[in-house]
Amino acid sequence: MRARRRAETRTVVTGVIGADCHIVGNRILQMALEEAGFKVVPLGIMVSQEEFVKAAVETDAAAILVSSLYGQGELDCQGLRDKFEEAGLGRIHLVVGGNLVVGKQEWDEVERRFLAMGFNRAYPPGVDLRRVIDELRRDLGGPARDG
Amino acid sequence: MGDRDLWLFIDFGSTFTKVVAVDPATETIRARVQAPTTVATDITEGLGAALRALEREVGTGATYARKLACSSAAGGLRMVTVGLVPELTSEAARLAALGAGAKVVGTFSYKLPASDLARIKDLGPDLILLAGGTDGGNEEVILHNARGLAELDLAAPLIVAGNRVVADEAAAILRAGGKEPVVADNVMPEFGRLSVEPVRERIREIFISHIVKAKGLQAAERFVEGIVMPTPNAVLNAAVLLADGCPGEPGLGELVVLDVGGATTDVHSVARGAPTDAGVVVKGLQEPYAKRTVEGDLGVRYNLWNVVEAMGGAPHAFRAIAERFARDVATTPQTAEEAAVDAALATVAVGQAMRRHAGSVEVFYSAQGPISVVRGKDLRGVSVILGTGGPLVFSPRREAILRQACYDPAEQASLRPVDPRLYIDSAYTMFAFGLLGELDAKLAVRMLKRYCRPMDEGTGHGR
Repeated sequence: MRARRRAETRTVVTGVIGADCHIVGNRILQMALEEAGFKVVPLGIMVSQEEFVKAAVETDAAAILVSSLYGQGELDCQGLRDKFEEAGLGRIHLVVGGNLVVGKQEWDEVERRFLAMGFNRAYPPGVDLRRVIDELRRDLGGPARDG
Repeated sequence: MGDRDLWLFIDFGSTFTKVVAVDPATETIRARVQAPTTVATDITEGLGAALRALEREVGTGATYARKLACSSAAGGLRMVTVGLVPELTSEAARLAALGAGAKVVGTFSYKLPASDLARIKDLGPDLILLAGGTDGGNEEVILHNARGLAELDLAAPLIVAGNRVVADEAAAILRAGGKEPVVADNVMPEFGRLSVEPVRERIREIFISHIVKAKGLQAAERFVEGIVMPTPNAVLNAAVLLADGCPGEPGLGELVVLDVGGATTDVHSVARGAPTDAGVVVKGLQEPYAKRTVEGDLGVRYNLWNVVEAMGGAPHAFRAIAERFARDVATTPQTAEEAAVDAALATVAVGQAMRRHAGSVEVFYSAQGPISVVRGKDLRGVSVILGTGGPLVFSPRREAILRQACYDPAEQASLRPVDPRLYIDSAYTMFAFGLLGELDAKLAVRMLKRYCRPMDEGTGHGR
C-alpha cells in the first residue's frame, strides 16, 4: 500500500485562514502548486482550523499551506498544530505565509513565533513561490510526483 | 368500461396499500383506491382488498397491461451509512442513501469501535453503505471499517463507495468475511464534490434483487411485474420529471416538494441552489441537485408531540384532539376543530422541515466590510412549491400550510423560496407518476402537469 501511494500525486490543502477574504494570492499559490505537480485541495477564503483538519483527514494530505493577509494570522493560527494532533495527524507538514502580523515587526522574530506555534515553515510577504515549492518538495522528501 | 388496457401503479405503504389505475390512451387517472397493508401476514391480502375496491370503481372487464409497484412497507429500506468525517464523506453517504429513498437508521464516522459495530448489529439494517476518503485520499479508515463489518454477524448486503484506490480491497475483505459487497463510485471523489447517482443506482438494484425478498414482499410479485423502488424514490422521480421534463415535454422548472405524513415530513428540492447574490462565500458540502431530506421527528400522528413542542405548547382543547390523533394514528379529521388541529400540526411540520432543508446565510463583519457566508442550497429563486401527503392534500387549509415553506422577511437567514406558485398533488398520486416515468417519461411529465395543479387555479383534475 505504501508503494502504491508513493507512485501517486501528493495532495496538499490550501486556504486563507480566519475571517480573511483575500483570495488572489492564494489562487496564485494554488496554480503554482498544480503547475509543480501537486494535487491541490483549495478551501478558498474564510477557512476555519477545523475545516483544514477535516479536509486533511479525508484527503490524506501531505501538507497544509495556510495563507493570511489581514494581519490577524497569529491569532487565527494558534492551536492549529494541536487540532491536527487531536485528529491523529500530528506529524502533518504545516506551512504558513502572507502578511502574518500587523505593524512593522522583524521577520526573524515573526518566523520564530510561528515555528514555535508548530509550523514547519513560515514565509514573509512577497516570498518567491519557486522557493516555497522547492522547500516543500524537499521537506516532503522528493518531487510532487515520483518518476 | 373495460374496453381498453389500463396501467396499474401500486404503493405498498407502511399503513395503506394504494392502487392507481391510469388510462394511458386518455392520459387520465381512472381510479385511486386503498386498503390496509398486510405485511405481517401476507402482503397479497391487502393488495387483493385494494384490487376488489378497484374493480368496483372501474368495472370487471378492465385489463391491466402494466403493473409496477413501489414499497415502504415493513419499515421501508432501512440503511446504515458509514463515512469518515461527519460533515464530509459521512454526510455524502447519508445524502446518497436518502436520495435513493432509504430510511437512514444510523450514520457513523471515523474508525468504528466495537461499540459502534454492536450498535449497527442492533439496528439490523437492510443495507449498509460504506464510504470514506476522497479518491486518492484516506485509505486506512475504510479498510479498518471493512474489517470490522466483515466480522459482524449480519446478513445485510453492503455497498462500498469510498476511496476508489482501496474500494476493491475493502470489498475483498468483506467477501472474505462471507458478506456480499458491491463496489460503486465514490460518494465524494474530490474534496467537497458529491457524486450520489452511481450509489443511488446500486441501492435500487439491491432493493430489487435482495430487499424485496428479504422483507417478504415477493409474494406480491406474482401479481405485479416488480416492486421496482422504495416509495420515496418514486416520489423523488416524479419531482425530477415535473421539474426537468423530458425531451419533447418541458417541465415546470426548479421546484420543491413538501410531503407531510403521519410519521415524517419529507422535503425534496430539485434545484441547483446556487447563491442568488453576487460576492457571497459558499461553505460546506455541495448538495445534490435532487436532494431529499426526511424529518423523522416531524409527523402529524406518530411524532405529533414533537410538533406540539415546536409550537411552544397548545391550549387544552387542542391537546385533547391531539391526544386522540396520537392514540389512533389512522384518524382523519371529522370536525372543523379536528381539521384546524390537523392543519396547525401540518403548518408547523412544513415550516420546520423546510427550514432544515433549505440553506442559510450568515453575515459576518470583517475588516473588509460585511461578508455573507452561504451554507446549503439557496432556494430563494425557486418558483414552484408542490404539496403532497394526506394531511396536506386533504386539508381545507393547505394553502396556508404550504405558505410556511416560503421565505419569511422576519427570518432572512433561511433561504426559502421567495415568491413561488403553490401547487397541490391534487389526486395524491405522485408515487404513481414516478413509477409511470419508468415506462413512459413523456406521458408521466404530461400527467404530472395535469394533476399537480396550481392552487390559485382551483383543484380541477384537468378533466
